[in-house]
Amino acid sequence: MNNTIKSNEQSPLYRFVLGLADDSVVLSHRLSEWCSNAPYLEEDIALSNIALDYVGRARMFYQYAAEVEGKGRSEDDLAYLRSEREFTNLLIHELPKGDFGFTMVRQFLLDAFYNLYLTQLVDSKDETIAAIAAKAIKETRYHLKRSEPWIRQLSEGTEESRSRIVRALEELKDFVGEMFLMEEWETSLVEQGIAIDRAALQPDWDRYIQGFLGESGIEFGDAQLQIRGGRNGIHTEHLGHMLSEMQYLQRTHPGMEW
Amino acid sequence: MSQEQLAVYEVFIRSNRGLDHKHVGSLHAESPEHALMYARDCYIRRSEGVSIWVVESTNITASQEDDIESFVDPMDDKPYRHATHYVLPDNVTGM
Repeated sequence: MNNTIKSNEQSPLYRFVLGLADDSVVLSHRLSEWCSNAPYLEEDIALSNIALDYVGRARMFYQYAAEVEGKGRSEDDLAYLRSEREFTNLLIHELPKGDFGFTMVRQFLLDAFYNLYLTQLVDSKDETIAAIAAKAIKETRYHLKRSEPWIRQLSEGTEESRSRIVRALEELKDFVGEMFLMEEWETSLVEQGIAIDRAALQPDWDRYIQGFLGESGIEFGDAQLQIRGGRNGIHTEHLGHMLSEMQYLQRTHPGMEW
Repeated sequence: MSQEQLAVYEVFIRSNRGLDHKHVGSLHAESPEHALMYARDCYIRRSEGVSIWVVESTNITASQEDDIESFVDPMDDKPYRHATHYVLPDNVTGM
């Protein structure tokens, strides 16, 4: 309850930037879980690299969120000292990494989304947001270039690899709709030219995903809003566990640096 | 996918425009495209290069260390193959 009251006092810009920061840090952590666990060394390094791209993105958004909030909190305070109900990431980012197929399918769906999203966000009237987007879009183009051949290869590989891709898509389909959901504070920022209209990206995203998967004979329906809540701090049961690991060090040794 | 199913690729990096590609190492990958991306992540993360070549290692035909006696050594006793073997005539100038 307290969180709800508090979040209503937060400025639209703070909530918007914080949401993007949370998306990035949560996905970064999920990707980093592959570090030392990937199928082989080269892929391990590649996935960890992408995790680092996202942690860099999270840092920039958190720094800006802290500045916008103006309460003297730091990027670390925001990332490591907020509770699960205070995290506002979209749920797709927090789902457990699953098998390699699941991780790559989620990455593919998100890369395709961010490719569309960031391409427009670079024109934000907020200079800081535009600058972060300009840096991030280059990374995302590479991420997509990497996830495309993986999805193609696994979809058209063995019966086993294909079934895992299909299963991952099935598990993720209820979470993609939230990517295109506009909250009222985000809508108000769209009117000011700061944020962009997520909902408007959906037809392009649907077309791209369906076209790409269709070439491998896999069907995927239009994104539909099924499960929501991330932006309002309502999460799956997985985020709390993830944060307990991610935040362990700062919670146990507050202010620790290395 | 297990390591045994992967091919080994040799990686060549060109550090600057105008220079040539230099061999920097090797890696495992399941296709040339993946090899190129892994090479990017393994070898030029800190801006070490502007261009990458990857070549499947099996496509390289290499000289053998064991053959060195017949393959390389015979050059050593043929000094006349080196320019330094010849004495310049006195009336050649400007060299």
